[in-house]
Amino acid sequence: MSGLRLINPEVEFLRYRRRMEIAGVVAALLFLTLFARSFWLQVIQYDHYHALAESNRISLVPAPPSRGVIYDRRGEVLAQNFSAYTLEITPAKAGKLEDILNQLSQVVSIDTSDRKRFKRLLAESKNFESIPIRNRLSEEEVARFTVNRYRFPGVEVKARLFRQYPYGEIFSHVVGYIGRVGQRDLDRLEADEQLANYRGTDYIGKLGIEASYEAWLHGRTGIEKVETDSSGRAVRLLSRTAPVSGHNLYLHIDAKLQQVAEKVFGDYRGALVALDPRNGGVLALVSKPGFDPNLFVDGIDSATWRELNDAYERPLINRALRGVYPPGSTIKPFMGLAGMELGVRNPGDTISDPGYFTLSGSSHRYRDWKKDGHGMVDLKRSITISCDTYYYGLAHQMGIERMAGFLAQFGFGQKSGVDLDGELSGLLPTPEWKQRRFKQPWWPGETVIAGIGQGYVLATPMQLAVATMAIANNGVVYKPQLIRAWRDPSSGLLSNAAPQILRHIPLKPEFLRLVKEAMVDVTLPGGTASAAGANAPYQFAGKTGTAQVVGIRQGEKYDASRVSARNRDHALFIAFAPADDPKIVLAVMVENGGHGGSTAAPVARKVIDYWLLGKLPKVYAPVEPGAATPEEEVEDAGPADETVTPVVQGAAQ
Amino acid sequence: MILRALFTRLFAHLDGPLVGLLALLLLLGSSVVYSASGENPAKLASHFLNMSVALGAMLLVSHIPPQRLMQFALPAYAVGLILLLGVALFGIVVNGSRRWLELGVTRIQPSELMRLAVPMMLAWYLHYKQETLRARDFAIAGLLLALPVGFIAKQPDLGTSLLITASGFYVLFLGGLSWKVIIGAAVAAGAALPVAWNYLLHDYQQKRVLTLIDPSSDPLGAGYHIIQSTIAVGSGGVAGKGWMSGTQTHLDFLPERSTDFIFAVYSEEFGLIGNLFLLLLYAAIIWRGLMLASGAPSLFGRLFAGAIVLTFATYAFVNMGMVSGILPVVGVPLPLVSYGGTSMVTVLVGFGIVMSLVTHKKLVKT
Repeated sequence: MSGLRLINPEVEFLRYRRRMEIAGVVAALLFLTLFARSFWLQVIQYDHYHALAESNRISLVPAPPSRGVIYDRRGEVLAQNFSAYTLEITPAKAGKLEDILNQLSQVVSIDTSDRKRFKRLLAESKNFESIPIRNRLSEEEVARFTVNRYRFPGVEVKARLFRQYPYGEIFSHVVGYIGRVGQRDLDRLEADEQLANYRGTDYIGKLGIEASYEAWLHGRTGIEKVETDSSGRAVRLLSRTAPVSGHNLYLHIDAKLQQVAEKVFGDYRGALVALDPRNGGVLALVSKPGFDPNLFVDGIDSATWRELNDAYERPLINRALRGVYPPGSTIKPFMGLAGMELGVRNPGDTISDPGYFTLSGSSHRYRDWKKDGHGMVDLKRSITISCDTYYYGLAHQMGIERMAGFLAQFGFGQKSGVDLDGELSGLLPTPEWKQRRFKQPWWPGETVIAGIGQGYVLATPMQLAVATMAIANNGVVYKPQLIRAWRDPSSGLLSNAAPQILRHIPLKPEFLRLVKEAMVDVTLPGGTASAAGANAPYQFAGKTGTAQVVGIRQGEKYDASRVSARNRDHALFIAFAPADDPKIVLAVMVENGGHGGSTAAPVARKVIDYWLLGKLPKVYAPVEPGAATPEEEVEDAGPADETVTPVVQGAAQ
Repeated sequence: MILRALFTRLFAHLDGPLVGLLALLLLLGSSVVYSASGENPAKLASHFLNMSVALGAMLLVSHIPPQRLMQFALPAYAVGLILLLGVALFGIVVNGSRRWLELGVTRIQPSELMRLAVPMMLAWYLHYKQETLRARDFAIAGLLLALPVGFIAKQPDLGTSLLITASGFYVLFLGGLSWKVIIGAAVAAGAALPVAWNYLLHDYQQKRVLTLIDPSSDPLGAGYHIIQSTIAVGSGGVAGKGWMSGTQTHLDFLPERSTDFIFAVYSEEFGLIGNLFLLLLYAAIIWRGLMLASGAPSLFGRLFAGAIVLTFATYAFVNMGMVSGILPVVGVPLPLVSYGGTSMVTVLVGFGIVMSLVTHKKLVKT
């Protein structure tokens, strides 16, 4: 029976040894497996795991470049950088944000606008980005926070470069501003394959020079190769590619001239463009009112933004480029040239002005601003006294198509190409355009009023300045440019922006001379701007204009105290001086200024006086826009020196 | 002369080659602990303190004669079982597991005691029945194993229960458990696996296994340990990054780097060559241990010593397998390398027993 088998120690021991050998072999196999695994990981897969370990260890930290500085033509700083401390929170690393904000506000002051801005930025950003809660900490606040730092994980003080605009409002529409990089900017950067270069950059040009020269101003982002631990803390710097600063830009703009221009506008809204006719440089570009671009740098809060955006003065709109107005009588010198060049008028041809113009077969009277007419008027006199009747007839005879074709050479109806974004192209109407736009035929009456720059014709102050440059330059049109030179930060080399000739309009010298003489006469006794031109020690050429304001704009709230003032005509003035050797060309538009001769021309005179003579204006006392009572305003609707006939309904149909 | 005699007597029950190999492993371990701790001398000192205590315990245990150990077998097992029952009834819950027993002054974890008590009990039982060893005796021995394992698995502590099962199994295997039973049990276990998966395993245990299969399914949670440790091992390459130069270790990417995951630190810094050396060192210890075990004079000694050495091998394999990503994460330290006193004491006391079991034969014979 096996149950009572005799113990054989030999057999038992042999069995034990055999089992032990089996166990040993199994153990050896398992250890071999471990070695095989080790070989797999450390030899065959080494490259993979080495790369993973390196990407764990090394992080590439962008070193953002410092943004280029913007100067005026004399080296005055228009936009610069300064370093300041900000307090920033990384939401992913911080705890409950509400609690942290409350506790932080006991250490440094955090007001409601800071909180609001933080919330907005938080909503726009990703969780692991650090978001500023306070900008421009004082030294004391930095010290106070540093002491309490241990209480706030994920909150850091950082030294950052900020943009500052020393002139504030004065250059708001020229220099523009930078703001935090938004989703739309990111999309554009991605399309331009610039995203990598913007790693670590929080701000981007949004308007003005800051936007149009963004690629130059930004510079090239450097990269720091840093060894970091698992919590992302930098342990040591491995290597560094230094960032390359952006280009410093030098503009044609003259800060002093700009300030003079801005000042002589007084309380009026409006725009002014001053060009150097010898190269197209923009010497001054004013759009009033402006706004303080510094507000946008820190991230403007929504209340202030709404206030700016909804204000009836529209401070955010660059009137010089985006304000389109009927050019009114400022179109007459160009119409005069058209008449002569197209052979429709000889310089000596005269008309007898009864005070109105009629189309044959119609009894409708297109009125001259002077009720009883100007009597005998030739071309030169038609400009000097701004005779409407002369141009009604001229336009009718020329026809809208020839008129549009000729005026287009001067840049009407097309963008000037100035180096700022957002320019509008105005409008030079043709029958074809009207058919396309309104599905209606062109009426002869519409040609008549287009002859005095009314009706559908629209132009920006920039276009008027460029067109005026064409006359001042005897047909040579330069592209208007703000940029004058730039300095490469790495080589230190200064390069000049070459003037660009857009076109050379073939104009007969005797016709040009005639028109120029007429424009000089405008500022002499008997001309429509004689008051503004009084005692000018240089030849001051100009042309007045008045653009009618049609009713109240749609969607605008009715405000009795403003409506009448806003119904006043816009005053226009184009000018260049000295007429025999032009050094400055101007287009001035004063919104609701009334008459070009009395409101816009003096602005031009003072600006030119400063530019040519260095004469600073005396305190300019403008007509208070809101001073007149509504009744007076209505009576004042007909300007004393020139009137533009309203668009006549009967004629338009 | 007296001093020399005293020394001879003190170390009489130690095996020179085994102690030498263990010392080499301990020294290697200390250098890795130092690196893993971020060059922290205090931690190294504490490691040496643990080591001294454990070596002292080993020396002490080596003097206990096997007869005395055999007397301990049944009481230790019985006490352990009662304590496990006590845990099941009155144990305190920590981290979702009921493993500890509050004894007023201290809390104890009876499953730790069972790591040695179970193989000792089984070895004793087979030794006791060796004259008339029948299949029924193996069945009873199996029951003696299943009882504590069941309690521990229920706590739940799957890792410990599996390792105790292994150590008990080694006793039965070395004791001559029929191949039919072994194969039958293996087939049954395989068949029961889906059932066990669905009904016996807790969610976190399932997750550990799933994470092993695809660590990237949970890269920041359960998978993080495995991902980072395989990166550490793999990036070590052939020669390693050098002592104290492991980037995964020193930049804080490796979790639990001085305890359960210390093998990753070692692999990263010493590479494939270092791993080969460590595996050979372990193999040598196991080889020497098994050689000694088979020389034990009694069946009890042979079974118990053999099971202790094989369990040691199992711990080493499971730990390195888990760190290099071929086994699921179970809380097992790398024996004699990981920082931590309890494990070191348990392992060295085990080797003390092995040496006691085999060196006392001469004394018995004379």
